[in-house]
Amino acid sequence: MLPEDYVTPSTVEEALATLASHRGRARIIAGGSDLILQLRRGERAVGCLVDISRIPGLDEIKLQDSHVVIGAMATHARIERSRLVRERAPALADACSRIGSPQIRNVGTLAGNVVNAQPAADGSIALLALDAEAEIANLTGRQWVPVSSLFVSPGVSRVDASAELVIAFRVRAQAPREASAFERLARRKALALPLINVAARVLLDADGSRIREARLAIGPVAPTPFRTRQAEDFLAGQPAERETIEEAAEMAIRECKPRSSLLRAGKEYRLELIRVLSRRALIRAIETARGDEHVQDR
Amino acid sequence: MSKTVELHMNLNGEDVRVDIEPADTLAEVLRERLGLTGTKIGCGEGMCGACTVLVDGTPVNSCIYAALKAAGRHVQTVEGLSQDGKLHRLQRAFLEQGAVQCGYCTPGLLLTAAALLRDNPHPTEPEIRAAISGNLCRCTGYTKIVAAIQAASRSGPRSGS
Repeated sequence: MLPEDYVTPSTVEEALATLASHRGRARIIAGGSDLILQLRRGERAVGCLVDISRIPGLDEIKLQDSHVVIGAMATHARIERSRLVRERAPALADACSRIGSPQIRNVGTLAGNVVNAQPAADGSIALLALDAEAEIANLTGRQWVPVSSLFVSPGVSRVDASAELVIAFRVRAQAPREASAFERLARRKALALPLINVAARVLLDADGSRIREARLAIGPVAPTPFRTRQAEDFLAGQPAERETIEEAAEMAIRECKPRSSLLRAGKEYRLELIRVLSRRALIRAIETARGDEHVQDR
Repeated sequence: MSKTVELHMNLNGEDVRVDIEPADTLAEVLRERLGLTGTKIGCGEGMCGACTVLVDGTPVNSCIYAALKAAGRHVQTVEGLSQDGKLHRLQRAFLEQGAVQCGYCTPGLLLTAAALLRDNPHPTEPEIRAAISGNLCRCTGYTKIVAAIQAASRSGPRSGS
């Protein structure tokens, strides 16, 4: 069933009230670049689309209480160009710059990327490595929850877009001796799904020789965007050196379960990509965390 | 039958009102309800850029863009590029450089390029290639398309548009 109604509320409360009045038959539309296709292919039945793109302030990107806060309607294009995100959450800016094409990035939003719950979603992978939280609004109020808790299975999010919506994301702004990086390989440089994508974040100790904390998120290697927790645990406290990284990449391979896919590539090749891209992302994050204090000061 | 709603937008400089269905895409409204078939639907799923139009000056894939998102906004299609019967400098450059083969990707490329030259009047070749990375051409390769955009950038907005 194609939607018979299309409403453009001007507040979050109005959007929630509209959703409630349709009792599960309405759905939030942000950029719509995925949803329009899903509707037309009959993959979703929706009676009413609730377009949140005209709610003032929902597209803001700002620094607040030492967090980078990104509004739900911020497009990938705005995130990739945001100086704040590039400097304080670089893996996310990189990830958003690799999605789809310029036209898709001009319309698609980070919130849509997350709520679509695809295990390969570049934005979700970066958010996982950054320990991001999402602010969810529903009739019971507003609540910050970890992004990692939002994924159920391929295409299924814990956010019920027929009753609630994501308002914003927040990630702790990168501290001194901390950095993140994103790596991706696809068949082309644009308009192509990732064969593997990886986001890494490291926090080093004061002299930059040891890893205090690490995050390594990889897609699509599991039913949901995936964190390699064994590799992360192993990295904490280890020297920030080549051998450590090689070993962590080896552990990541063992944790991931990529499948052979005609759309992407064979399993064996993709396992090798996990090694190479994990290594590259970790090395780049460590080098940036060590060297580029001026990045913080600009 | 779905019920119809009225869409108001500014299309190529003129205010238009058109009855549409809520799930219509902008590409369908342009082609089928307004008869502006210059906008092409290639893949129909946002993967080729043939349907690129400008909404408030920004390139979007009109085949996956809800038409009602354009309400109250300025939409430009390839039909709006020429002025008073004179081709836009990009259109002339595409013809002169032989950047058109089957022509299906051309309207989308022209609009992407128009947005690029507006924001960056003298782009480098890598900047041009990055800007058109969402517009696939399966005939020519991109050499002549890039050359045409470069030629148009040299001719400047005063010489023809």
